[in-house]
Amino acid sequence: MLDTTRRVATPEGIELTLRLAGPVPRALAWSIDLLIRLGIVALVMMLAAQFGRAGWGVVLIAAFFVEWLLPAWLEATWGGQTPGKKLFGLAVLNDDGTPVRWPGALTRNLLRAVDFLPFLYGIGLATMLLNRDFKRLGDLAAGTVVVYRGEKSTGVRQIPKVTPVPPPVPLTLEDQRAVLELAERAQTLTAERFEELASLPSPLVGQLQGQQAAVRLLGMANYLAGKQ
Amino acid sequence: MRQAPFEATHTAEWEAFEQFLDGPKKPPFDPAEMPARFRRISQHLALAAERHYSAELVDRLNRLALRGHHALYVNRRRESGQVLDFVLSGFPRLVRQEWRLVAAAALLFFGPLLGLITVLQIYPDFAHYLLSPSQIASYHSMYDPANKRLGMREADTNVLMFGFYIWNNVRIGFQTFAGGMLAGVGSAWFLGANGVIIGAVAGYLVHAGFGETFWSFVAGHSALELTAIVLSGAAGFRLGLAVIAPGNLSRKAALVAAAKPAVRMMYGAALMFFAAAFVEAFWSPLTEIPYNWKIGVGIGAWVVLLAYFLLAGRARAAR
Repeated sequence: MLDTTRRVATPEGIELTLRLAGPVPRALAWSIDLLIRLGIVALVMMLAAQFGRAGWGVVLIAAFFVEWLLPAWLEATWGGQTPGKKLFGLAVLNDDGTPVRWPGALTRNLLRAVDFLPFLYGIGLATMLLNRDFKRLGDLAAGTVVVYRGEKSTGVRQIPKVTPVPPPVPLTLEDQRAVLELAERAQTLTAERFEELASLPSPLVGQLQGQQAAVRLLGMANYLAGKQ
Repeated sequence: MRQAPFEATHTAEWEAFEQFLDGPKKPPFDPAEMPARFRRISQHLALAAERHYSAELVDRLNRLALRGHHALYVNRRRESGQVLDFVLSGFPRLVRQEWRLVAAAALLFFGPLLGLITVLQIYPDFAHYLLSPSQIASYHSMYDPANKRLGMREADTNVLMFGFYIWNNVRIGFQTFAGGMLAGVGSAWFLGANGVIIGAVAGYLVHAGFGETFWSFVAGHSALELTAIVLSGAAGFRLGLAVIAPGNLSRKAALVAAAKPAVRMMYGAALMFFAAAFVEAFWSPLTEIPYNWKIGVGIGAWVVLLAYFLLAGRARAAR
């Protein structure tokens, strides 16, 4: 069992699986956001330069908003994502899997000040490693998690079609699933590797080797999947 | 039912739901059907997991159900009316509700502040333990009675100072709040340290004979700004208390429960910081206004603010 998933029970009586994001993608997303924030402030600086010292006041106000409120605003209005998070496919959600809203987004972003201590998110990293949901202190207080959105499918993997063959022995559900998953991966493996793997379950393929074992196992997969 | 017939039976339904979630284009079914369809997809996910269909299929249904969950449970409550409600009654009620923490924060902040002003009148040299010579020199130049503008150097403009006050003061407030996560120690430290610095500067300037310019500068914004710092500290203590004494909850649950009122208090404190920065940049430096007026406005601001926190929103609470 992977321990980087989190199960959330919904009112419909099912459990949804969230895939939690660890420190590394989050740090990368943060550095992208930092670059964007610096870029915005630099832009404001260039525009404000012509207003002399009053312009510096505008720059400071912009720096304040960009540093403290912009990330919270983006997370609250943009499906829990900042540009950096979007780039890395991350999103902030409430603990119950619902989209984060203003109070939660603001809580976690204000508390970045303490996660940042003593330098470069030292406390935040330590906290993330100490709890099973990769939460920094801001996430703990806000009741939020950072997850992979994973909206895009990895591409539908098809079981190669061969004549269905019933397995010679009854299979448990786990065994059935293992056979199905191997068959689904057939096209992403080299033929040699797939044949090698297919020869291993001797109760199913007996003494068959290589190509024959592969075809036999695919046939069972087709049978288990209910193909005609 | 095996996997392939299961997929064949329901694929059209899943694709329709996906299409519905994808876009603003014309929905493939009446939006009123969405909850029912979402429940069916939830059931498909449960069936697929229970029957150990392939991980690929379960993942696909999980993705679909998760997106449906987001779409169905996104909270689209309009909040525009709530802001006014919060300012008129919610915020002062919250402050009264947390009066113990506010009192503790006020003691930690105003204690050293008022204490140092008093002490420095008797032992003025003590200021040199707290302020460096360069700091003292810069305060000298800022509050020189010969200045046309107070609290800033001659070349600075109001807009610059406004930006600086927002950038600096609100940041101090946010840090004071966030420090509460460290079992309240951070908040206590920021409150005490700011109390000491402000008290030292005030005590030193009053003793040095710059009292009139100093009070004339700080009177207007002092009520908003100092109270906002205290409230930031109180909000931080709310978090710290949840860490130290979670009561009947787990620490995590206590923290989540405490964060809600704490952040609400920070909304209010941030508004006060903004207002204070505005007053500090555009009203406080004026020397055209007579001294008595500025002190009067300052005292008036304190009275109004205290009345606001003590009285506002009571009628609504009783209703």
